[in-house]
Amino acid sequence: MTDASFKPGSARALVSSALPPALTFAIVMVLWEGVVRAFSVPRFLVPPPSDVLSAVWTERAPLAGALLTTAQGAVLGFLLSASLGTTVGLAFSLSRWLERGLYPYALFLQTVPIVAVAPLLVLWFGPGLRAVAVSAFIVSVFPIIANTLAGLRSVDPRLSDLFRLYGAKLGDTVLKLRLPTAIPSMMTGLKVASGLSVIGAIVGEFVAGFSEGSAGLGITVLAAYRQLRTDLLFAAVLLASLLGLLLFALVSGLSGLLLRRLRAPG
Amino acid sequence: MLQNIDLVIEAGSFVALLGPSGCGKSTLLRFISALDQPASGSISISASADESVGARTKLAFVFQDAQLLPWRTVLDNVALPLELQGTSRAEARERARAPLAEVELNDVHERFPDQLSGGMRMRVSIARALVTEPSVLLLDEPFAALDELTRQRLDERLRKLWQSRRMTVIFVTHALAEAAFLAERALVMSRRPGRIVLDHRLELPEERSSELRANADFAAQTALLYRALQQHGAFDDGSHTRSDA
Repeated sequence: MTDASFKPGSARALVSSALPPALTFAIVMVLWEGVVRAFSVPRFLVPPPSDVLSAVWTERAPLAGALLTTAQGAVLGFLLSASLGTTVGLAFSLSRWLERGLYPYALFLQTVPIVAVAPLLVLWFGPGLRAVAVSAFIVSVFPIIANTLAGLRSVDPRLSDLFRLYGAKLGDTVLKLRLPTAIPSMMTGLKVASGLSVIGAIVGEFVAGFSEGSAGLGITVLAAYRQLRTDLLFAAVLLASLLGLLLFALVSGLSGLLLRRLRAPG
Repeated sequence: MLQNIDLVIEAGSFVALLGPSGCGKSTLLRFISALDQPASGSISISASADESVGARTKLAFVFQDAQLLPWRTVLDNVALPLELQGTSRAEARERARAPLAEVELNDVHERFPDQLSGGMRMRVSIARALVTEPSVLLLDEPFAALDELTRQRLDERLRKLWQSRRMTVIFVTHALAEAAFLAERALVMSRRPGRIVLDHRLELPEERSSELRANADFAAQTALLYRALQQHGAFDDGSHTRSDA
């Protein structure tokens, strides 16, 4: 708390918002450790948290490599979703015809079983980063399209009237009215997509992750499963969740900054 | 929903349009501003003499609840209409200062709408309407959501603005006293299908201060409007008191 710009209340606010989940975590860990030890649960079924932590430590080099690989795939897929999804949402908002013609197929991306399509991705993009990123993209793009579209459509009709009254050009209406109105909703879509992109990357890796370089967390999970290294499996899952949380936190932070600038609630 | 409306409004006059909710007052304003088109009939606005260059008669609209862009400062909100019409941002901001001065908002240029009171937001909205120097100003129940005192002050301010600028003002309201206080001419509409049932030139002095509200002539004029509204089914369930008078 050396930062002078910190408001007096914010240290307390931080404690009150971070303490409950931290406490929950600590209690669950202690219970878990206790139950596993007390009932001598086989370690290949449920390893105690101490085993998982020690696996994270002893396997830190391969895990770090795997984390980085998965992060690349997820972030690449997320950026692809963010740029393409926003563009498509904007295009749909500008043309009812385009929306009616293409929206059902965009929905298809949402409903397609990604595990079933993943082999196709390997055929088309080759094993490795590209197929993984495309998998992350497929899983995460729809919420961005849907939220962008909903946001752009949520403009107050009287503000639309105002712009029409002054003969606003389409570009001005989009830039000065529709996009600023849509940003809170777009940010919601991006937040959802950030978590999904990690899921998409892991699933992609299950099928397409065998590249010549280092393998991702999805591969770590598969390998640990085959060797019944359940502690390592847990460690990989833990890291994958943390990666999702990190991406979510980054997007949320960015969204918070933007929303404050736009003076939007939330 | 409107029927047989045949209406001529002289340039530079202040007209109040009164009527029960849903009678089509707002629709009429939307027709005049060309935001909507009537199914039949036509509306024409002849440009006043000094508008040889601009060709199109400049029209401005003040909506209920101010309708400002929350992400723009006061100055940028007022500059918006000019920006939309192609003026550069810098010049638009410069020209936005004068109308803000007219509504006495000189010291809040860089504030955001959520930092202002309801009455101040409404003044910003009026300044935004004035920035294009309109020859026709349409107001659709602009002060309906404000408290009575704020509304009276805004009425007085609007009346003064009209006196100094002499633009044509069409003011939609369902408040009788507001109509009587503001306008030179009051039009009372019936329930749907909306027709004009009273076209009355208010017999009140040109200079109207807040004392006028306690004046007997004023009460008589308001009562006259009230009777017209009552006769034409505005208060159908009998339990109505005089709505906002």
